[in-house]
Amino acid sequence: MRTSVRTGAWVVGLLGALVAVTLASATIGPVDIGAKSVADIVLAAVFGGTANAPESSRTIVMSIRLPRIVLGAIVGFALASAGAVMQGFFRNPMADPSIVGVSAGAATGAVAAIVAPVVVPVALPVAAFVGALVAAFGVYVLASEGGRTPVQTLLLAGIAVQTFLGAVVSFMLIGAGRDLREAIYWLMGHLHHSTWTEAGVAAAVVLPGFLGLLVYARDLNVLLLGEEDAHSLGIEVERTKRLLLTVSSLLTAAAVAVAGVIGFVGLVVPHVMRLLVGPDHRILLPTSALAGAAFLVATDTVARAGAAELPVGIVTAAVGAPFFLYLLRKREVRTP
Amino acid sequence: MTPAIEVDGVSVTLGGAAVLDSVSTSVDEGRLVGLVGPNGAGKTTLLRTINGVLDPDRGSVRVDGRDVATLDSRATSRLVATVPQSTASTFDFPVRRIVEMGRTPHIGRFGTRTAADRDAVDEAMDRAAVSHLADRPVTAVSGGERQRVFLARALAQDTPVLLLDEPTSDLDVNHQVRTLDLVADLVDEGRTVVAAIHDLDLAARYCDELRLLHDGRIRAAGPPESVLTDDTVEAAFGARATVTTHPVTGSASVTAFADDASATGERTATVHVIGGGGAATPLLHHLDAAGFDLSVGAVSTDDADAETARTLDADLVTVPPYAPVDDEARDAVAERARRADAVVVADVTVAPGNCPNLDAVLDTDTPHVVVDGRPIRTRNVAGARGRRLVSRLRDRGAVVDADGVVAAVRGAVDRDVDRRPAETDPRP
Repeated sequence: MRTSVRTGAWVVGLLGALVAVTLASATIGPVDIGAKSVADIVLAAVFGGTANAPESSRTIVMSIRLPRIVLGAIVGFALASAGAVMQGFFRNPMADPSIVGVSAGAATGAVAAIVAPVVVPVALPVAAFVGALVAAFGVYVLASEGGRTPVQTLLLAGIAVQTFLGAVVSFMLIGAGRDLREAIYWLMGHLHHSTWTEAGVAAAVVLPGFLGLLVYARDLNVLLLGEEDAHSLGIEVERTKRLLLTVSSLLTAAAVAVAGVIGFVGLVVPHVMRLLVGPDHRILLPTSALAGAAFLVATDTVARAGAAELPVGIVTAAVGAPFFLYLLRKREVRTP
Repeated sequence: MTPAIEVDGVSVTLGGAAVLDSVSTSVDEGRLVGLVGPNGAGKTTLLRTINGVLDPDRGSVRVDGRDVATLDSRATSRLVATVPQSTASTFDFPVRRIVEMGRTPHIGRFGTRTAADRDAVDEAMDRAAVSHLADRPVTAVSGGERQRVFLARALAQDTPVLLLDEPTSDLDVNHQVRTLDLVADLVDEGRTVVAAIHDLDLAARYCDELRLLHDGRIRAAGPPESVLTDDTVEAAFGARATVTTHPVTGSASVTAFADDASATGERTATVHVIGGGGAATPLLHHLDAAGFDLSVGAVSTDDADAETARTLDADLVTVPPYAPVDDEARDAVAERARRADAVVVADVTVAPGNCPNLDAVLDTDTPHVVVDGRPIRTRNVAGARGRRLVSRLRDRGAVVDADGVVAAVRGAVDRDVDRRPAETDPRP
């Protein structure tokens, strides 16, 4: 029972951190809105009643800042939990949520939609989502033989498909013309122009998927011992692998479809949490997810705080990579 | 009674090579059966078909009367627990968490651990003597301790059949015996155990029955003393082996020698050693270990070298204590020296009484090796005759120090073999 108590304590603490980061982030922007006003506005929106704040502030918080913050939280949540699963699944510390080609597939779909001569409403996120899943499924099929999918083959197939799709994206960018700027911006990862609808759709995929992963946390622990051991302990290895791969690809695809390719969240956050809470996925998964949410909200706040807004992917990589190197030098980063 | 494990005509091909070839055997409930055989014989593969990790290409495996191929892994894992051979791990779960994973087959997806699960884990850690490691990361314990942690995990799994793949390979002598005593207790409690064990003595001592595997087939099956014979061990391992009864445990004990001679198709070379006063004793042990057939003499019956020769079962020419080497003994030495592939002359004290030994060597054209130990002037009490004999031996033979004797003898034997068919090589 110690595990559940520890998990509970960490989850409560990280939820507190997420709420704090959310409120702080909502105060930051071109228009000064105090923390108390933000709290009033949010409480009024959640529990009903009227907020003790000007209507313009209410609009800014509820229609511009909060949707972006909530979407950022969902994206960070999805990427970090999928990253934790992939690192355990591949027993490889360099695994990230895109390792089976999800991001490359999403990029291909998104850039294709951007450079396409006809403009279709909501085509971009749909194309990215579909591209992500097609790429992941393709990698899985390529790596499977006789009902088995060795993880090493999966890893290599993922790298090959990513390289190929990278070439496809580059080729499309050459002929992108006026669309080049938009395509590059998408590829760098961004959260601007976020809407409640996007946040709602992403949450509808991410939250049930995350619960599914949580149910399989114990199986993932046993899988860390190796597939033969897992089999002799009663795990249906291939079925479990298929399920974990599918669900984490869905989470990643949903995140990438709405926010573009945001690097390093799915790689660094699970490492840091493994350092803090250990390798047990029953505690590692929820804590990584919440920490990923808080991290992305914080970095996106930095990204939009300056005079010119930066794509958040630049900030996560700029902050995450040095921190990761610091952990590496201290020999704190270990194989899952 | 249904056997606990029935393997029926199982063939497995891995990477294009037939690893198991129509293997059939059965194991009765409550027995400890050892799988022995050389590396690559198929021991681990056979275990992997029994626990369902591998589906055989042909044949079937039944555990408790149920075909493993038709069971899902959860059902199999309630029947068979496995202690893997390689337990290297890079994840730092605490030891207790690893043992708890043994309860996985008994806990539903949405279930939580019950008091019974915790008791099973505690008892398993206690029996495998890893309780004191409970909170240590499994990456921070020694290889032997880790092997016991995985044994504890298998105990926590609480299955009627236990498979052990080299359960004692990383253990020190004390823990080898303690682990196998524990396994024997488990068998007494009614569990069925199949263990791949490379140590033949341990296998003979603990197992009720053995299966000798070689090239993917079972070559012998039954009680250890019937499976482990000179012939079966030699055939399977390609080593010359002597199976004796162990003086303490009373079980079969196997002493094996690398079989150089049979590998090259040559007969074993014979070496005659001129000793005396214990000067040849270390040489005799080295030459014996190198696989040569030995003859020794002539020496006094109570000489230390005579004692060594008897211990090593060497052909011995003796004379009574304090008696000189007479003509009969000299002829016996000459005959052995002629028959031998090489002669070794130890740095013996040269006295009038043993000069006939040296004479006899000089009478033959067998290549000889002279040990360059103590200087001749400090060990010659036979005057000019002794000096002349030793000097002629040194001129005609190879002169080496004690450490170089085996190599020099090998060289002499090889030249001797080359020379013999022609028999034309004129000797000075």
